[in-house]
Amino acid sequence: MADTRTIEIEVLRYNPEQDTEPHFQTFQVPFTHDTSVLQGLQYIKDYLDGSLTFRWSCRMAICGSCGKMVNGVPELSCHTFLRDYYPGKVRIEPLNHFPVQRDLAIDQTDFFNKKLPSVKPYVMPKEERPLSAGTYVQTPGQFHKYYQYSQCINCLLCYAACPQYGLKPEFTGPAALALLHRYNADSRDRGWQERADILNAEDGVWGCTLVGYCSEVCPKGVDPAHAINQNKVNSTMDYFGVLKFLMPRGGS
Amino acid sequence: MAKIKSYVRPMQGWWRRNPYFVRYMIRESSSVFLAIYAVILLVGLLRLTQGAAAWDGWLAALASPGSIVFHWLALLAVGYHAYTWWKVAPKTAPDIHIGGQPLPELVITGGGWLATLGASILVYVIVRWM
Repeated sequence: MADTRTIEIEVLRYNPEQDTEPHFQTFQVPFTHDTSVLQGLQYIKDYLDGSLTFRWSCRMAICGSCGKMVNGVPELSCHTFLRDYYPGKVRIEPLNHFPVQRDLAIDQTDFFNKKLPSVKPYVMPKEERPLSAGTYVQTPGQFHKYYQYSQCINCLLCYAACPQYGLKPEFTGPAALALLHRYNADSRDRGWQERADILNAEDGVWGCTLVGYCSEVCPKGVDPAHAINQNKVNSTMDYFGVLKFLMPRGGS
Repeated sequence: MAKIKSYVRPMQGWWRRNPYFVRYMIRESSSVFLAIYAVILLVGLLRLTQGAAAWDGWLAALASPGSIVFHWLALLAVGYHAYTWWKVAPKTAPDIHIGGQPLPELVITGGGWLATLGASILVYVIVRWM
């Protein structure tokens, strides 16, 4: 194409079978106006070095697989374009604060196997209802209480943005706590007491020091910092035994 | 499954890697000036209970060049702290929806800035002319 230009992409490489620590490798990558950073990586894998390892799937900012550090900022690489970095170079690293398995692939098990299940991210109604009882009814007001938080795609950019998680990996962290709030805030749910131990813990909402960067980097407009910090008030009310008078609500 | 030898990157110097974190560290450390200023005021109160000579000594110490430099620095730090305090206030506020729409953050932040500015002007007027 006529408007093809070439950009320098620096990629973090780490081979667990050979390397003791990661290093950077530089590639010259042709791109056009609509080439995403992910497509730049795919070009490297297809034409320059087939051993480059990274995760991706949908290419359209919904699967949450392709998060990388792009020039030090957590981004979905499908949602970030090489044109915006030209004529400078692009430095791509695995998401911060997670162990590196190989090249740009991080170890996600801490989130998917521990943090996420710990918050019981599903609606726990007061009692099971038969299908014949029909759908749950919610007002638009009840829906707006949790809608924003339900947009999370588990891409982990917020964890890469959270220095508290990097310094103290026991911290439950932004996405899991935002999802905890998403279910607590749902009028169909009655499970807040089952989530209270996680929320009230030192590594729960109190592990947050309100850096606020998680909410800046979220590609889906979720505001984890707000979810966490309004629950510091709830946690305090729970400590004084007041919350139980406010939380049980109708709706189901 | 074979154990994978993953690499954990060091956190050393983390706050210098991103301007956002640098601003966060300045925000947090600006509160140190506020704490020192509060201690100076409390010392003044203590000196007031110890008689006129002690109180005059405290006033003289406040007028020293070092004290004046500190107070200008503290004013700057507290100004920045107030600015950032209201910037993050929407994150700590309850979830407020009006007509199905979330309350814009600027309403809380801007309202806070105006209230801080108004209160500061009021205190200055009272101290200066009343």
